[in-house]
Amino acid sequence: MDTYSLLREIADSWVLLALFIFFIGCVVWAFRPGSRAVHRDIADIPFRHEDRPAQPGEEV
Amino acid sequence: MTDYVKLVVLGVIVLFAAVAANFGRDLAYQVHAIIILAVAGFLFVRTLRRTDEPKPVIDQGEYMDDVIRFGAIATAFWGVVGFLVGVVIAFQLAFPALNLDWAQPYANFGRLRPLHTSAVIFAFGGNALLMSSFYIVQRTSAARLWGGNLAWFVFWGYQLFIVLAATGYLLGATQSKEYAEPEWYVDLWLTIVWVAFLAVFLGTLIKRKEPHIYVANWFLLSFIVTVAMLHVVNNLSIPVSIWGSKSVQVFAGVQDAMTQWWYGHNAVGFFLTAGFLGMMYYFVPKQAGKPVFSYKLSIIHFWALIFLYIWAGPHHLHYTALPDWASTLGMVFSVVLWMPSWGGMINGLMTLSGAWDKLRTDPIIRMMVVSIGFYGMSTFEGPMMSIKAVNSLSHYTDWTIGHVHSGALGWNGMITFGALYFLVPRLWNRERLYSLAAVNWHFWLATIGIVLYAASMWVTGIMEGLMWREVDANGFLVNSFADTVSAKFPMYVVRGLGGVLFLAGAIIMCWNLWMTIRSAPERQYSAAVPAE
Repeated sequence: MDTYSLLREIADSWVLLALFIFFIGCVVWAFRPGSRAVHRDIADIPFRHEDRPAQPGEEV
Repeated sequence: MTDYVKLVVLGVIVLFAAVAANFGRDLAYQVHAIIILAVAGFLFVRTLRRTDEPKPVIDQGEYMDDVIRFGAIATAFWGVVGFLVGVVIAFQLAFPALNLDWAQPYANFGRLRPLHTSAVIFAFGGNALLMSSFYIVQRTSAARLWGGNLAWFVFWGYQLFIVLAATGYLLGATQSKEYAEPEWYVDLWLTIVWVAFLAVFLGTLIKRKEPHIYVANWFLLSFIVTVAMLHVVNNLSIPVSIWGSKSVQVFAGVQDAMTQWWYGHNAVGFFLTAGFLGMMYYFVPKQAGKPVFSYKLSIIHFWALIFLYIWAGPHHLHYTALPDWASTLGMVFSVVLWMPSWGGMINGLMTLSGAWDKLRTDPIIRMMVVSIGFYGMSTFEGPMMSIKAVNSLSHYTDWTIGHVHSGALGWNGMITFGALYFLVPRLWNRERLYSLAAVNWHFWLATIGIVLYAASMWVTGIMEGLMWREVDANGFLVNSFADTVSAKFPMYVVRGLGGVLFLAGAIIMCWNLWMTIRSAPERQYSAAVPAE
């Protein structure tokens, strides 16, 4: 089998499956239990540290 | 010590550029050698004067904002330049006499058109992305930009890239790849600048003080990484001579075409979409004063875009030498892409839920909302046009140009204007913008301009597509190509007028931002700052 056909076989079987599983994994991970509080905290990031970076020793 | 290294490097560049200006085989190359000679010579003298002098001390407890101020000015400046060239070429199409005889070959449509596309996409859009990513990554990481003056290198290096690309087009140096016209040495320079950009961005993320990476940074990082990959692969070429601008592509035929549109569509997908979504996910919540509608949706939006966009390129090559399976694949992925795009649009719009009244009072948020609306509209239109049956009517017609402009003027333009109105008072420490009424004027001029543009291009595009395929009872084509050209004339004039309105709005914006910097009242800090 020439390289092109071999790579294409791999690409539209196992690699496709692996990428799809990774994507589904990302979605499932976003909905994991306990993510709500984390996401609320992350969504608030733009409203902190508007004028100055976190100073040394400051709790973030 | 580093100063001595810099002096050696700059000295070598000056010498090489001087030799290149002498040996150059074509005008564009010679002019570029002289530009590089001047820039490197200036930097040499500047470095020499600063060698062994005490270095200014930088306060690491502050954000690095001066480079962002320059970015805001460059965005506004290149925006007006790009829109102006766009208006000129729109009227050149309507009135061919505007390809002025005395200005040939430099100012004909063929050379001004890539100048327009690169000026608006890479100069206006690129500077908007530079400025926004430097601003956003600092604020959401609670850290100063990494790399010290590297950010300045990125900014000025990018401006040099723009100047080399633009002068190259006018002087006839092009590798004839859409949105990737610059020749080999300009491509190499952009690669260096882009790697530095990636280093500044990643370095800041790595030293961040917030434990999490905010979603806007995910979009911006994917934009930087993907554009690097696209740029390098699509520009694989071998120069004919080191003393000339001409180069030969490594790929040929349909492989070259597919690589070009894999690049071209993902330039749309990652430069004009992912990067600007990063802007949306920061500036819209900030201007609305509320966090993004659903952070979960933003994560899914991100990963779905990343997985889908990269496949959509073949829809630019329907009914060509490209194999059928590849063009079907591109079509299917383009249609699937509709869903995450609308997920992102809903996420942006719903961020305003509970604050819809701001639409009445705040013209900046109105601009952002219209921009998200155009994002939704063009991400519906795009998948529809990628369907083969639709594409057989729309391809090669002005419908495509209308689609591109509803995305570029509506989505990219409006969100960038919103970002500039948001940033300028903050960067120059002003209480507010000089004039909200002027923002309103800008909003309506730009919106009406886009509507005129998109509507006239729909009409002329569909008309032209139908005229091209019209056959009589005996199977002969009814219209010649010139028939379609003369039928399009009124729509071309309307399109040009739409461009004039859009340009007028941008000029009002420049005046307003200038007056904000010069004479708006300074921001007052209250004496008692609440503890965080």
